[in-house]
Amino acid sequence: MAETAVQEFLEQEEDTQKGRFLTFALSSESYGIEIRYVTEIIGIQTVTEVPELPEYIRGIINLRGKIIPVMDVRLRFKKPFRDYNDRTCVIVIDIREVSIGLIVDSVSEVLSIPEAEIVAPPDVSKGGNRYIKGIGKVGSEVKLLLDCDKLLNDEETENLLKI
Amino acid sequence: MSKLSHEPMLEMFIFESVQLLEQLEQIIIASEKTKAYVSADINEIFRIMHTIKGSSAMMMYDNISTLAHSMEDLFYFIREKTPSAVDFSELTDLILKGADFIKTELAEIEEGCYSNSDCGLIIDETREFLADLKKKNPSLKYSSELVEETIPFEKQKYYISSGSICDNSSPKVFKAVVHFEDDCKMENVRAYNIIHKIKDMVNDLQYFPSDIIEDEATDEITDEIIRKDGFIIIFRTDYSMDIVQEILMQTVFLKNLTLEELEDTDENIQIEEQQKITLENTAPSVMKAASAEHDPETQSRSLNQSVISVNILKLDKLMDLVGEMVIAEAMVIQNPDLQGMKLSNFQKAARQLHKITGELQDTVMSIRMVPLAATFHKMHRIVRDMSKKLGKEIHLELMGEETEVDKNIIEHISDPLMHLIRNSIDHGIEPPEARKARGKAQAGTISLEARNSGSDVLIIVKDDGKGLNKEKILSRAKDNNLLTIPEDEMNNNEIFKLILLPGFSTSDSISEYSGRGVGMDVVTKNIEQVGGSVFIDSTEGNGTTITLKIPLTLAIIDGMNVRVGSFCYTIPTISIWESFRAKESNIITDPDGNEMIMVRGQCYRIFRLHKHFDVKSGITEFTKGIFIMAEVEGKALCIFADELIGQQQVVVKALPGYIKNMKKTRGLAGCTILGDGSISLILDISGLASL
Repeated sequence: MAETAVQEFLEQEEDTQKGRFLTFALSSESYGIEIRYVTEIIGIQTVTEVPELPEYIRGIINLRGKIIPVMDVRLRFKKPFRDYNDRTCVIVIDIREVSIGLIVDSVSEVLSIPEAEIVAPPDVSKGGNRYIKGIGKVGSEVKLLLDCDKLLNDEETENLLKI
Repeated sequence: MSKLSHEPMLEMFIFESVQLLEQLEQIIIASEKTKAYVSADINEIFRIMHTIKGSSAMMMYDNISTLAHSMEDLFYFIREKTPSAVDFSELTDLILKGADFIKTELAEIEEGCYSNSDCGLIIDETREFLADLKKKNPSLKYSSELVEETIPFEKQKYYISSGSICDNSSPKVFKAVVHFEDDCKMENVRAYNIIHKIKDMVNDLQYFPSDIIEDEATDEITDEIIRKDGFIIIFRTDYSMDIVQEILMQTVFLKNLTLEELEDTDENIQIEEQQKITLENTAPSVMKAASAEHDPETQSRSLNQSVISVNILKLDKLMDLVGEMVIAEAMVIQNPDLQGMKLSNFQKAARQLHKITGELQDTVMSIRMVPLAATFHKMHRIVRDMSKKLGKEIHLELMGEETEVDKNIIEHISDPLMHLIRNSIDHGIEPPEARKARGKAQAGTISLEARNSGSDVLIIVKDDGKGLNKEKILSRAKDNNLLTIPEDEMNNNEIFKLILLPGFSTSDSISEYSGRGVGMDVVTKNIEQVGGSVFIDSTEGNGTTITLKIPLTLAIIDGMNVRVGSFCYTIPTISIWESFRAKESNIITDPDGNEMIMVRGQCYRIFRLHKHFDVKSGITEFTKGIFIMAEVEGKALCIFADELIGQQQVVVKALPGYIKNMKKTRGLAGCTILGDGSISLILDISGLASL
């Protein structure tokens, strides 16, 4: 009996994070990422490069003693590179024990987007769509909601193809 | 009973039982070798079986309990009667079979797919063996006497007054008669379960038969009594009849239950104590003379009492904290705020701190070190089983088993060792006749040695069998198109390394133990995982030696920091030979564009760090920067960097898994955090050399 009560409580906990997205901007587009993956947001710091990695993996940073890799989301989405300024942030996400930092132009706010406002992405089979889980409508704006799993794991299939 | 509360108990149960089973194996195999069962050993085996029986019954794993029970019976017989005509080999086989069954069951429980497999076969075999033993030792009138004495047990005397209704507030006396289902077996353990359950709720508990767990000899008899008359419990309690009935009805395999309330007088609670069975030892005990070597062994086993088992997570946390402390200490001592200041007292205190930190570090590292003895001893069993099956005589020699390695590494060694030994026995050691014909001793020798060498641990598996046949290996490799270097250019080392390729096997048939070409691949993978390497040497006709070189935990190493541009890299000091400034005249460029440098007559490859790591460094001229000559495993190269910063003890942190999974970045052994918080990549010289 206690088990189900605990489970319900946990589900409720998760519910407070469900449907909430952290939105950030990349040039003119606005993206959203589920907040339950986000551990923290920090300002950009010196990135130590690691050789022989894809271009979008900029290297590694020291986060209070923990070493985490950072990925530049602009380069990941094949946009032109922009220099980092003091508005550039690193969003640290944690998926299935893998921590990674995403370098973005700027971070906006946390929005609650109800399920009703999320539509499936259009079925264009070119590159970028694999990472989009859905499209959220907020007022008059449209936020592209990212699928974190695909962001991380697609690398592997790419690498396999390369080999 | 909630399932949740079982979990920690389950872990304990599995852990304990596995340990006990390993101990059991060791004792059994050692005893088989000396062909004598010392009383200390028998007692120990008995205790192990008894503990397993009790704990598995408590956890409701009845088949394990039943099996342990029958094996216990067997050893009870051996202990009490010390029969002289015992077939040790068969006995050992039987016990090992039972132990294997329990092990598989435990594995299933751990995985969560416990299937309550039938152990009836093994129990039958045990009973047969026991009956056999009794037959072979007829002078011991064990069984017949016991049967005589069971009959007087029927007469129990106890007083029951006519049932009177008591009110619920005062404590009541109940008498419960529990009948179990026929053929449910182990009634005494079930009875014990009931007692255990109600013990806390009742006072003045008396039950009949009263010797349900205490006296193992009478287990079968008590089972009989319970089966015939039921298990009788008399107790006093505050609980109402309904509650008591409910609790008793929860007993498994309950056929029927009669619950009566008795009048609360002292007379009720008198059950005449049953007569204990007296066993007569008609035959004088003939115990084989135990060799003196057994005693120190048993003593060493009891030394285990001074060991405490610690959760590995705690140890990991401790190691991490010590690592962080080393970094923090460096951050304090090399703080940029202190640059250039003359602080002699501070330096003294800093040195003291450094000393203590170093000692703490060493001690914590040694906590995780576990001696290889346990792993080596497991090999005894494999050697025994295989030599029996294949009909070869093998003698296993263990040397240096006190050598300690990190706990993580031990897990990765036991599989490779098993494969190597299997290979030695299956392919290496020839059958006795062939050995005789060659003039070798009839029993093959496999020696397993472990020793420290520098910063590595060497594990050497050596056999005196027929060695590796180079031609066969080469021809098989050619057939499968596995040769990357032309045949004549391969030296012995490289030819032997071919056998490590996955799927490679020179045997024409696949046996139960080997031939598929998988074993050596497992060895290579496991050893590579811990960062070690495999070396093979062999002489045809004389034997093969396989050496596993495994680095000790590299958590904290001495490193030399070098600067390239604005980035910092660390080279492990242990691989550095020297550093120097070069003269333009020593540098040669060959037609392919590879740069080399001459040092004392030897030519070394030049490795430009700024080129490899793509650093925009100001220094590209050889005379402006510094050369560091590094060597690992015979491969040497000269690294070109901007300048040396200094020597420092660094904590190796692995590159994030994500990056490691992407592409195997050769040349990087990890990274570390420097005193000022920046990251320095640690170079792996052997990786760089192979680029």
